[in-house]
Amino acid sequence: MTQRPPPRIDPYLVTDRSVERLPQGLFEQRAGELSKLLATRAPAPDRPPNSTRWQDEIIAREIPKGARVLDLGCGDGALLERLMRDLGVQAQGLEIDPEAVFSCVERGVPVMQTDLDEGLRRFPDQAFDVVVLEETLQTLANPREMLAEMLRVGRRGIVSFPNFAHWRVLVDLVASGRMPVTQWLPYQWYETSNIHPFTLQDLLDWSRDSGVRVVSGYAYENGAVRTLSADDNLHAEEVLIVVEK
Amino acid sequence: MCLVPADSSLVLELGGSIGPVNVEFETYGSLSPCRDNAVLIAHALSGDAHVAGWDRHAAQTGRTWRERKPGWWDAIVGPGKAIDTNRLFVICPNVLGGCSGTTGPSSTDPLTGRPYGLRFPMVTVGDWVNLHMRLVDALGIERLQAVVGGSLGGQQALEMALAHPDRVERSVVLAASARLSVQGLAFNAVGRYCILHDPSFANGDYYDDKGPGAGLAAARMLAHITYLSDEGMHEKFGRRLQDGANGRQAGFGIEFAVESYLDYQGRAFVERFDANSYLYITRAMDYYDAAAAWGGGSLTEACRRICAKMLVVSFDSDWLYPPDVCKELALALTQANRPVTYANVPSHYGHDSFLVETEKVGRLLRGFLAR
Repeated sequence: MTQRPPPRIDPYLVTDRSVERLPQGLFEQRAGELSKLLATRAPAPDRPPNSTRWQDEIIAREIPKGARVLDLGCGDGALLERLMRDLGVQAQGLEIDPEAVFSCVERGVPVMQTDLDEGLRRFPDQAFDVVVLEETLQTLANPREMLAEMLRVGRRGIVSFPNFAHWRVLVDLVASGRMPVTQWLPYQWYETSNIHPFTLQDLLDWSRDSGVRVVSGYAYENGAVRTLSADDNLHAEEVLIVVEK
Repeated sequence: MCLVPADSSLVLELGGSIGPVNVEFETYGSLSPCRDNAVLIAHALSGDAHVAGWDRHAAQTGRTWRERKPGWWDAIVGPGKAIDTNRLFVICPNVLGGCSGTTGPSSTDPLTGRPYGLRFPMVTVGDWVNLHMRLVDALGIERLQAVVGGSLGGQQALEMALAHPDRVERSVVLAASARLSVQGLAFNAVGRYCILHDPSFANGDYYDDKGPGAGLAAARMLAHITYLSDEGMHEKFGRRLQDGANGRQAGFGIEFAVESYLDYQGRAFVERFDANSYLYITRAMDYYDAAAAWGGGSLTEACRRICAKMLVVSFDSDWLYPPDVCKELALALTQANRPVTYANVPSHYGHDSFLVETEKVGRLLRGFLAR
């Protein structure tokens, strides 16, 4: 049995250790941005359209030519279509939404309509070179099981997600006392499909505890993408990491 | 076309053989110079080779029912349609044991000079696929760009991909699975019971007489219920009454709209279908089991044979081939490391959806056949 750390309880709700590392004066410095942010809480800002998803660029760079790729929650199939066209990958998508499945078929992307919460039981071990979980993990009922399954059926996993510890999210939560609504988490608490929000640190903890190696990582901040750095639990709006068992 | 001449015979899966064998088929579009644009469409239990368009010879051939409507998949097959005959060469053969031109129980047995009746040998989905491949050979086609079918036709599309992995580029299995459910077996059993116990059945030798019309109509009515969904029937008929009925007539005539519909379906079917063919074809449907035939009982092992790109489509209100059972085929392909496309189409039309949901099915077919 592994000992679980005691739950972190703080009467001021600022419980994440990363907040303690908030650079001096940053909170005050960003107060202006904060009030602007709060003023624009509703309606929530639009997410960038699919065609400009920054993750797709990185994924296309991370995947070798001709690889076998499984995309979990592949949506309309735009990513797999691109990978098939540009890299000649052998693609398989899984998607729950029938309309998105139709789009995949129209793009020529092999897709199976299924609920990821039913698991990947019928997929053989190491059947894929890369398994992609793009903006999907936080919507699943059993994210930890899915991470394990990802590295059972695939040699590598690529996980991208909105980082719940980004300072703007934290500030929004702390200052408004309401569930954060930001560009990357654009839904109200009652309508969000992000039922398991988590932070970069949570995922790094998981990789350490599960003996999983982070091969590479990328952060999206203020419209730019860069490789992951030490303080990104606070600064990355969005994260993409490549992992291997 | 006579595919098995009188001096030879077709060996059948369950033993015995038959010859000569004629196959009635229709083609649409034209075969490309390099013969690489052929699509074989397999019809379902009550379908035939006349898949699209109007039959100009309907009156001459006595098939007057074809004067009332175009082919059974007219919305899908034709110039510019989802199975685009401007681009594709479509072949649709009628199955062995049927009653629409291909040799069947109502054909003349060369040994007796009389209709085969129940002396017709038992045929299987595998036999149909063998015979249809002979047709493909006769047309000079090496490789099919696709085999497409719904229901029992979907099982032929699957069997074609299993039996001839090197000759099938794509296989489309609509509202069908690797074997019929127990509930499906039960419905077929009741249908056959109605025919076999009709006093006019005469052990299948009824061709000089009126034949088991009531039994065949009952079988069709029962089957028709399994082709719809409760929700769909509610929408289409509800508890609506026929004109002039009050729903409390204390008799057994037709009062509800749904009764009238089933009565019509039963009578229209008797006009065009042979009861013996119904027995043989439903039996072939019962016997089909892709896992047993090709995988020693394991569907996954069977799927390892498949080289074709596979499209499996179920319909969420289908209770004859329910989505779970269709998805099982997709999962077996996955387990066998084969790419697969599986869609569960939302629809109220039950099993009939593959014929009725032409817009959605058309989108899937158009996309899947495009690449």
